[in-house]
Amino acid sequence: MKAGSSRIIEWLGFWALRACMGFVALILVIVFYDIITKGIGIISWQFLTQPPLDGMTKGGIFPALIGTLFVTIIAGLLAVPLGMGCAIHLNEYARDNGLTRFIRMSIRNLSGVPSIVYGLFGVALFVEAAHFGTSILAAGCTLGLMTLPVTITASEEALKTVPRAYREGALALGATKWQSIWGNVLPYAVPGMLTGAILGISRAAGETAPILFTGAAFFLPDIPNSVFSQFMALPYHLYIMSTQHHNIVLVRPIAYGTALVLIVLVFTLNLAAVIMRYNLRKKGIAHGQ
Amino acid sequence: MDNKIRMKAENVDFFYGRQQALKGIHLDIASNAVTAIIGPSGCGKSTFIRLLNRMHELVPNAVLTGRILLDGKDIIAPDVDAVDLRRRVGMVFQKPNPFPKSIFENVAYGLQINGMKDKGKIEERVIESLKKAALWDEVKHRLHDSALGMSGGQQQRLCIARCLAIEPEVILFDEPCASLDPISTHKVEALILELKKDYTIVIVTHNMQQAARVSDYTGFFYMGEMVEFGRTEVMFTRPRDKRTEDYITGRFG
Repeated sequence: MKAGSSRIIEWLGFWALRACMGFVALILVIVFYDIITKGIGIISWQFLTQPPLDGMTKGGIFPALIGTLFVTIIAGLLAVPLGMGCAIHLNEYARDNGLTRFIRMSIRNLSGVPSIVYGLFGVALFVEAAHFGTSILAAGCTLGLMTLPVTITASEEALKTVPRAYREGALALGATKWQSIWGNVLPYAVPGMLTGAILGISRAAGETAPILFTGAAFFLPDIPNSVFSQFMALPYHLYIMSTQHHNIVLVRPIAYGTALVLIVLVFTLNLAAVIMRYNLRKKGIAHGQ
Repeated sequence: MDNKIRMKAENVDFFYGRQQALKGIHLDIASNAVTAIIGPSGCGKSTFIRLLNRMHELVPNAVLTGRILLDGKDIIAPDVDAVDLRRRVGMVFQKPNPFPKSIFENVAYGLQINGMKDKGKIEERVIESLKKAALWDEVKHRLHDSALGMSGGQQQRLCIARCLAIEPEVILFDEPCASLDPISTHKVEALILELKKDYTIVIVTHNMQQAARVSDYTGFFYMGEMVEFGRTEVMFTRPRDKRTEDYITGRFG
């Protein structure tokens, strides 16, 4: 009797879990299906290489593509070294006391701050205080800041996977702390650190709110000529095409095309991270060997 | 003691935070001899050996009082650089920990960080160290293969070679055979006996037979104290303390 009821519970539990997974997968499939089927038709070489034309009803998304690439690169240039440095200090040098625990907690909490708040902060710090103006630089830095918590956390995790024995082995040979970190910790942690950073940056590449006030422009057919130029960006362009345009129905395919390009861009970045992690595992470092 | 005293612990107390791990340790380590430290798990023997090259400083909240002398000079003194000390007092760990580099690079690493640039000289020293560690014949055809592809016993001898390359004066072995099979253990023990001609050696082991086989002097640690110290053959045949006798006859531990 008891065995029978526990078997039913087992069966119910299994199918409930399977249903959860199926539901999530289904939503994903629907989203992709929708975007791909509605967006693929407009994708062409012209779409990728032309600016928007005729009151943004024709033409392509070239300036937005370039703008997104530039801000993403700047975000990476800011977040990767800063995040790695911070993680190295926290994991290798800082003593485990109340202060470092507080700092760690703050960093984790920062990743929960809404992106629009980062946008406002970017205006105050980069646009105004640092006199970057509304520009690629200001927007890129804002995105970089937003990426920092993810980069730091992932980098610390990567450092933790490097066995203590590597550090001790080097120190016992008379290496200084920095020699031990540089020669026997970083080479094995950097791929993991970069993987985390790329995932963070790919998330930032799709953000609208942080660039809204810090440099993204409604319509700028010319390619930006310096980091102090304003720029168009894919997520912001998508937002405009789907809510702000004077003829939303007419430009719907452009909006879907933009969404598709953005998704492909983000996926490419994520794929790079996955490949990196795979190579790392193959070398066996990730398992602490 | 017949040999000159190389290192000396004087009234050493050691704490992890508030917990006392070592109590009033006095110990003399003779030059060109093997000094074994034995005792049951948690007796403080590994803690003690890590003080001798200041590896304990890697642990937060470690507090050490007393003096540890190397050639009469207190190595715990603030003007002594731990990095310099570790070049003189090398260490081989419980689990072989070669770097995930080639066999050659593992041995060359210590030379490079100590500023040796001449490639010919580095190569010469690597070969010499591998020979001293009785590993040369097994690896001479694959110096540039990864060290991780070696057997555990070979890895441990590589770690010994790595340590020998920087020409330390004292070598600390922290349970060097704990993860090795009997044949590898025998090779490492033979090597230790060979090395004591040129080096001062301290070995921590929980294997009493090993202590009896390789050491000249033995210290028995129990609950953070050194219960007894003496010439190995005396200690194993006529222990003075009841606890030592119980331990070496296998009544506990």
